Amino acid sequence: MTRAHPFLGLTDSDREEMLATIGVASVEELFRDIPQGVRLQRELDLEPALSEQEVFAHLAELAAHNVPASQELSFLGAGIYDHYVPAVVDAVMQRGEFLTAYTPYQPEMSQGVLQAIFEYQTAICELTGMDVSNASGYDGTTVAADACFVAKHATGRAKIVITEATNPQVRQVVKTYAPGFGLEIVEVPHRDGVTDPADVARAAEDAAAVIFQQPNFFGCLEAAPDLAAAAADAGALGIVHADPLSLGVLEAPGRYGAAIAIGEGQAAGNFPSYGGPHYGFLAARQDFIRRMPGRIVGETLDAAGERGYVLTLQTREQHIRREKATSNITTNQTLLALGGLVYLTWLGPQGIRELGETCLSLSAYAKQQLVERAGLELVFSNQTTFKEFAVRVGRNARDVVAAARERGVHPGYALGRDYEGMDDVLLVAVTERRTPAEIDRLADVLAEVTR
Amino acid sequence: MKLIYEKSQPGRRASTVARPDGLPDAHVPEELRRKNPPRLPEVPEFELMRHFTELSTRNFGVDTGFYPLGSCTMKYNPRINERLAALPGFAALHPLQEESGAQGALELMWRLQEILMEVTGLDAVSLQPAAGSQGELTGLMLIRAYFESKGESEHRRKVVVPDTAHGTNPASVTMTGYEMTHVKTDARGNIDVEDLRAKVDENTAALMLTNPSTLGLFDENIEEIERIFHGAGALMYYDGANLNAVCGISRPGDMGFDVVHINLHKTFSQPHGGGGPGGGPIAVRDILEPFLPVPAVVRKDDGSFGLDFDRPQTIGKVRAFTGPFGVFVSSYAYLRMWGDRLREMSEAAVLNANYVLARLKDAYDLEFDRLCMHEFVLSARTMKKEHGCTALDVAKRLMDYNFHPPTIYFPLIVPEALMIEPTESETKETLDAFCEAMLAIAREAAAEPELLKEAPHDRPVKRLDEVRAAKNPVVKYGFEGHPGQPHAATAAAVDEAPQGA
Repeated sequence: MTRAHPFLGLTDSDREEMLATIGVASVEELFRDIPQGVRLQRELDLEPALSEQEVFAHLAELAAHNVPASQELSFLGAGIYDHYVPAVVDAVMQRGEFLTAYTPYQPEMSQGVLQAIFEYQTAICELTGMDVSNASGYDGTTVAADACFVAKHATGRAKIVITEATNPQVRQVVKTYAPGFGLEIVEVPHRDGVTDPADVARAAEDAAAVIFQQPNFFGCLEAAPDLAAAAADAGALGIVHADPLSLGVLEAPGRYGAAIAIGEGQAAGNFPSYGGPHYGFLAARQDFIRRMPGRIVGETLDAAGERGYVLTLQTREQHIRREKATSNITTNQTLLALGGLVYLTWLGPQGIRELGETCLSLSAYAKQQLVERAGLELVFSNQTTFKEFAVRVGRNARDVVAAARERGVHPGYALGRDYEGMDDVLLVAVTERRTPAEIDRLADVLAEVTR
Repeated sequence: MKLIYEKSQPGRRASTVARPDGLPDAHVPEELRRKNPPRLPEVPEFELMRHFTELSTRNFGVDTGFYPLGSCTMKYNPRINERLAALPGFAALHPLQEESGAQGALELMWRLQEILMEVTGLDAVSLQPAAGSQGELTGLMLIRAYFESKGESEHRRKVVVPDTAHGTNPASVTMTGYEMTHVKTDARGNIDVEDLRAKVDENTAALMLTNPSTLGLFDENIEEIERIFHGAGALMYYDGANLNAVCGISRPGDMGFDVVHINLHKTFSQPHGGGGPGGGPIAVRDILEPFLPVPAVVRKDDGSFGLDFDRPQTIGKVRAFTGPFGVFVSSYAYLRMWGDRLREMSEAAVLNANYVLARLKDAYDLEFDRLCMHEFVLSARTMKKEHGCTALDVAKRLMDYNFHPPTIYFPLIVPEALMIEPTESETKETLDAFCEAMLAIAREAAAEPELLKEAPHDRPVKRLDEVRAAKNPVVKYGFEGHPGQPHAATAAAVDEAPQGA
């Protein structure tokens, strides 16, 4: 008798009946079209199958070999943040009807997820001040590459300007995509932690787009309206990479002239999860609606005149346009974007403003404590920051991280990993989950390990 | 059903946000401060839960019922996946954590890579690509980098793609700056080898092939195809969308492919999530390994695990960090629960597909009358001619029987296509019920065609007007200006009405 498996449903007699209906003698015969020369002539060399209990024990042990933010006091950010994810997010994402559905190709079976995406698109447009949002991209790096593709085709130009104060991983991904898109990438250096609009104005000549981050990778606030204006004056699209949770306090990119707003959605409703899965958001002005990459949900009417939702503007997409598509994206990050929508609904307009104000005040307190209590020096002391800031620790920052971790504190990200001349600089992130007492402890530990 | 924005009332909220006292004032220059708040929904927590619960009841997943959406491999997603991915040791782990604090995550990825190498028959794996289509893109970038290293990238500009391919293949070709060469399908549903021979030369960079194809047919000439490409110095890319048919039976590496992407959300049970997340790792032959994205996940000489950024020939990064880690947790758990029995998964998938095919092939047209692999393509061509009912009508009528419809109108070479993939995770009773429904619909098309044309009858909405949606796109809620909702605006006073709308 064939051994049962929890993920199989056929009995031996089922198999016999089915083979008889097909008209073959064995399962083996079903594979007769596969030439012998390309068949695997042995069993797969894999370990024996585990039961659920065994697999749980094995993975729980692997998980125990990690040190997550729940086990050390962490000030690590640099693009992925330890914001609180409320229970309602998990509860909605775990509904099997959402979790185990696919892309809503059949809208009458999928009104739930279609309406949710429509609500998500609305939330992203509200946050960013844009007219149209897609249903999500893979993460905060790939949406930057997507935006470059839009800019190239919208302007007919082949140069992308990106500020050095933009997340290094975003820059790396854009550079990886650039040769295939036929794009040249030019980087604009920062001056004292921020980008000079005059530098951008010079670089933006003949550029398809200017990409900058707000708040930037160092946590500093850029003169975003001036940077967007410098791009627009040169005929380039201003593309703003924004922290979604800053947008309760900071002006919406659409309100200061940006053409496209993109960002990493993780902070808003997803767990860090060692880097994913998360969602990237991409929203643009109305002008670019037919150049948008990825899925878009639109409102329509059904045969009875009732409101309903469908995937729309599909003539942009790969399954219709094939080699002329605006992107090759198929699977996106719908479930994570749904988590984002639930989170933003939970926050509401007051919540997102309060959250921003809390991050501002706590990080201001942290700056004060690291200077006054730990005797450290802020690297960009002239700049306004949001929830993250750079501090000089007087010795190799990676050694400081290691020493602080021995004391149960992860003090931040060693910027020397990405920036020359910054080997002694730590990037410290403070979210609403950190308390003043925890910040005091960070200051004490840093005072100790940098002495 | 109302939108969440239409349930919103000023002053309501679900969140409580920490506001510690006595902290210093943080100054933000006035010109950078937001002037008008975003009009996010304002609802109490219970309204939030009710809203999204009601939305979920208007959705259909594998947990709801049979979902034979061809080429999407809608198999059961074990719940243990979710429990494991949510363990704090995984979910709360920061991707920039020092290697010493991420040994479990690194080991999991390394072990997953090892399994994927064995399943694909190839030499190295990168888990970084976020989905199958990004795996394709990455694979083509590797091929380009390989030919650059050999000084052949200037003339090797062509990528050959059969007419049965997923639309992502040609789109990926364009996005990597290559030129498309189309190749036809022959009378048995294989690639037309003569057409191919005429099109492959020293200017060809690669073939992109799904095998079994989107027709659900294994290409019987795969060995000859391999000789043609490698003979011309070109490489072979395997679109792993249909890997569920051949695990443990025939490996892409053994078929001669040089680079493969694997859809973790299809073959290895990551839930599809209403359209993602996915995972699109790539496996490659040793000649392509130097070009893989950074960082590589490696086991060091001392037995510990680490990230290797020192790959001078790398193409770079296609996504942040090492990829969608939570997806790796799910797929690794799933693969360990199959272990050395993985072949049984593919055998059951192929048996199920052939059984449904055998029961339906007399009631619908079948373009290529062969045994199928994990999926097959029927056509409603005759039904359309004789009764005026289309593949779309069949799909909508299936909803009345509480089945998710198959993929329709794809692949493009089959008119009125119905592409059916039952997967391995079904009982015979479910397969029989689906077959009975399909046979009943074929009879209804003749006797009472309006039953099909007016379907679905009992879904939350009737058939939706997609042309209208595309013609005059409404892609977000318009608040006070929203079509047909004159009294909807309550969330924000008109003088606050901000951006966009």
